[in-house]
Amino acid sequence: MENNAEIILGIETSCDETAVSIVKGGTEVLSNIVASQIESHKRFGGVVPEIASRHHVEEMTVILEEALRTAEVTMDDVDAIAVTEGPGLVGALLIGVNTAKALAFAHQKPLIGTHHIAGHIYANQLVSELKYPLLALVVSGGHTELVHMESEGEFTLIGETRDDAAGEAYDKVARTLKLPYPGGPHIDRLAQEGVESVPLPRAWLEKGSYDFSFSGLKSAVINTVHNAKQRNEEIKPEDLAASFQAAVVDVLVTKTKRAAEEYDVKQVLLAGGVAANKGLRSSLKEVFADSDIELIIPPLHYCTDNAAMIAAAGTIGYRKGKRSSLQLNANPGLELGI
Amino acid sequence: MRVLAIDSSNYVMGIAVMVDDTIVGELITNLKKNHSIRLMPAIEELLEEVGVKPNELDRIVVAEGPGSYTGLRIGVSIAKTLAWTLKIPLVGVSSLEVLAQSGRFFDGAIVPFFDARRGQVYNGVFVKDGTRLMRKNEDQIVLFEEWLKQNKDAHDQFLFISNDLLNHKETIVEILGDKAVLPPVSCANARPSELAVLGAMKEPIEDVHSFKPNYVRMAEAEAKWLASQEK
Ligand SMILES: [Zn+2]
Repeated sequence: MENNAEIILGIETSCDETAVSIVKGGTEVLSNIVASQIESHKRFGGVVPEIASRHHVEEMTVILEEALRTAEVTMDDVDAIAVTEGPGLVGALLIGVNTAKALAFAHQKPLIGTHHIAGHIYANQLVSELKYPLLALVVSGGHTELVHMESEGEFTLIGETRDDAAGEAYDKVARTLKLPYPGGPHIDRLAQEGVESVPLPRAWLEKGSYDFSFSGLKSAVINTVHNAKQRNEEIKPEDLAASFQAAVVDVLVTKTKRAAEEYDVKQVLLAGGVAANKGLRSSLKEVFADSDIELIIPPLHYCTDNAAMIAAAGTIGYRKGKRSSLQLNANPGLELGI
Repeated sequence: MRVLAIDSSNYVMGIAVMVDDTIVGELITNLKKNHSIRLMPAIEELLEEVGVKPNELDRIVVAEGPGSYTGLRIGVSIAKTLAWTLKIPLVGVSSLEVLAQSGRFFDGAIVPFFDARRGQVYNGVFVKDGTRLMRKNEDQIVLFEEWLKQNKDAHDQFLFISNDLLNHKETIVEILGDKAVLPPVSCANARPSELAVLGAMKEPIEDVHSFKPNYVRMAEAEAKWLASQEK
């Protein structure tokens, strides 16, 4: 790493993680501190926006201090501040945005509003060199998207969910199976122990479409459980989990493979919290094993929400000359871009 | 001492800069506009106008609530970050105490309040003590009509200071009659200069990190959850 590489401080507060990271040269993570609120939200069975916002206010400067200390840098060493501008929970985003603005003002540093999903995609740059054109499969609690990137910082959304995000479907099915929040990891674990034996639908949508739909699948699971109960039959939760997961993974992987071939990409990147899912990871690996297309799956701590990914994406913005003013606001509907 | 005072706890957005014993700049708007967009640029502009650089500040004072949850968090986030990163003291002052200052020469109960919907208000009670005010009770959220009935004999005169006066005027007059004093609207915007003065006198917060707004109320989900645990 050259010594004059830029040092970017990233801030992320779009949901229930308060995170700050210092990244050098867009790839070298000097610190990556995440305060998760999951324990607090568990009792409500989901993230409560007002409570998330309250936690962010209390954690923010603590995490900032820890990130700087761990990285052994001061604000004088920082070249710019990148912050998640959107999408996300507006009240939660506001804390990060206003903190970043105050920090930029206090030290007269450039401010770079950054897209959360651009962050998830650029998390891959922290573990591997990116080669364009590439395709990113973004799967998280709020997103299920296929993004084509012709070159650095150029995003084209080629497919997205028309109803529930994959992560949402996981949470709802988990609730039906009476699994604790967050449900995704529990379903993944059960699925490993069960066999795919319950017939469930896959929404391929119209021919050639790269969009997704998971609400039909979710309803089918709920109906299956309901009907079995009425008939006093027993379905093993492990088998139902395995069948549900197979249906989700099947659609995700098939569409990803098809898009990767159609767009003739060099790499396929997996991004977002659901990237932690074992079933999805192994199925993608299998499908791309004999392919010339390189598959990149970041380690878990770069898949879930973190600020290193925001600093990484912010570095691209910084190099392209993007500068946000002190009027920067939280934007829950922000369009994908740098 | 150079003090920056910030209040974004309600529609009123206020910023003041005090240098030693002089208020050198004060900015107030009372608009239903976004504090998140406007507050930081307004701070920058005012400091520039009065010729104070951020690293020349000696103290940050913030209105800590009660008020709009989101508004409070914007002001408190900025104030905490500035104090922490500039390594200077942070002081929190009650938003109602700031508002009460407009009535500091009044003989009787000074009652600043903010509407909190469904017949409720956040209020506090203060009385004159020389040129300063003395707090008579903690900031609270009350059903206004009930509170007026319960407290009507506690004082001879009541001064109500609020931008929400119009909505509650009838109820106040109906219950208190001649005892109620309703000042003109020019008293109703909390003055950030008062915030700066109060904050200059108060002891700073020991641990900037743990400072949080005074919401007065628990988050609704939290209250419901606690209630369900008690069943
Ligand atoms: Zn995310």
